[in-house]
Amino acid sequence: MGKQECATVGKAAGSCDKTHVCGEGTLSAVVQFESVGLRYGTGAEVLRDLDFTLSKGGFYFLTGASGAGKTSLLKLLYLAQRPTRGRIRLFGQDLSDAERDSLPHFRRRIGVVFQDFRLIRHLSAFDNVALPLRIAGRDESEIHSAVREMLDWVGLGDRAGARPATLSGGEQQRVAIARAVITQPDLLVADEPTGNVDAEMARRLLHLFDALNGLGTTVVVATHDLGLIAANAAAHIMRLDSGALVDPTGLLRNPPRMDRREVRP
Amino acid sequence: MILDRIWVSGPEARLLPAEGLHGPTVAVMAVMSFVMILVAAAGLALANAAGVVVSGTESRYVIELPAASAGELPAAVAAARSVPGVRSVTSVPQSEMRETLERWLGDAANSRDLPIPAMATVDLAPGTNPKGVADAVRAKLPEARFNAESLELKPLLGSLRALQWLAISIVALMAIATGAAIVLAARGALDTHRSTVEIMHGIGATDRQVTRLFERKIAIDAIAGAIGAAIAAAAVLLAILGGVSATAAGLAWTPHFGLGDLLAVAAIPVLAVIIAVAVAHFTLLRALRSSL
Repeated sequence: MGKQECATVGKAAGSCDKTHVCGEGTLSAVVQFESVGLRYGTGAEVLRDLDFTLSKGGFYFLTGASGAGKTSLLKLLYLAQRPTRGRIRLFGQDLSDAERDSLPHFRRRIGVVFQDFRLIRHLSAFDNVALPLRIAGRDESEIHSAVREMLDWVGLGDRAGARPATLSGGEQQRVAIARAVITQPDLLVADEPTGNVDAEMARRLLHLFDALNGLGTTVVVATHDLGLIAANAAAHIMRLDSGALVDPTGLLRNPPRMDRREVRP
Repeated sequence: MILDRIWVSGPEARLLPAEGLHGPTVAVMAVMSFVMILVAAAGLALANAAGVVVSGTESRYVIELPAASAGELPAAVAAARSVPGVRSVTSVPQSEMRETLERWLGDAANSRDLPIPAMATVDLAPGTNPKGVADAVRAKLPEARFNAESLELKPLLGSLRALQWLAISIVALMAIATGAAIVLAARGALDTHRSTVEIMHGIGATDRQVTRLFERKIAIDAIAGAIGAAIAAAAVLLAILGGVSATAAGLAWTPHFGLGDLLAVAAIPVLAVIIAVAVAHFTLLRALRSSL
């Protein structure tokens, strides 16, 4: 887990400010939700009264039954959706109704693993993974080595030139994960990232997320995979029930005062 | 400006699938540019023709005597020459008038029964009052008619000017239609590649980065269409000008096409491409603003 981590439920925590001192370091909130609600069109609210804070270097599992609002919450996190009420602060900035021109800058700090992968079908695995670096304007030489290394890491070094249609579901998922983490984002959001991979690859991907987490990346993983959650017992669990957040582990509401954990190998 | 939008790095260019030059934009640009070039060329030729007619007739007048008084033409000519400011007075030979009429009447133009009026053309120095000449001629021959040649050609000049405006209007309408077609093409391209755009936005691409990709494709298509149109229109214009030169030799004035006209016509496909890219740019930016 992260070297310094803390999670609080903003207002609910009462005594907690938006910046906390946990353990030996000063931590800043990466994500702050204040009374956030979301509805699509004129329908009922799919998310309601969300108040929580995700701290830098935290590792969070988001669980809940199908239709509980996990994907909607993730959309708010990766700025694909605006809240219909409440405030959302990311990286210290209130982005609830920020100018859309300012959003790309923040999106580049967020890695997203979509449930349906969302790979660009006419691009090779290499080009899909390289996309965030190219959008960020990195040099091609730098991109080449970084993408090669990342593809090797997810076991697709020999499939760099393959297009998504020729890859299996698991391979596509690994490409999607490689694309999400290649920029070493400040916030990694993953929607069922191990849904299409075997147990061994799931374990490796979790190690990858842990490694990133150890480097300071805040990781939020929406999953039904109890094995994945069990394998990372130190992570915080956020459970959504009918659009509202519950805190089965109590770690969100009552964060440990001293909680420095080592990065797993 | 255009080159900026065409030259992108190889990896950037690959972000949209290569579809080759067979999209509707190429065809629309080719057809629109082709028609605009031809219509503009026709408009310029008409303008030149009108200019030639005006400059050739603005100080020219005609003395006309009815056939019964045709023998009095030398007296009318002498009366006109006596007025200060008259540069020249030239009798039109009967043979020339019959030759002219032969084009419409055939051999009947040479019949002795056909009454042919007598005519003389009068060229005045600038500032000369034509009324003095008319008075002098009518003092000798009251039945003589003294008319400005431009008056005779006024309906023709009016028609030429109307055709010029029609040509300008058609070019303007074609430019608007080209813009509208590009709007549809840009929106269609955006819809076709909506998923790619969403992924790029999600990863942090700006509207300008996304727009640039589509602009590039539209610019390449537009240039290809415009080049094709320019080549085809040049061939058609050369054929038409060659034919006109051969048939217009006998006319009082022949249409001509100067260097300025050629440059104006050559600018049309370039302007069409600039319009296409500019319209695509603003259409795409506006369409992207509707997304988050």
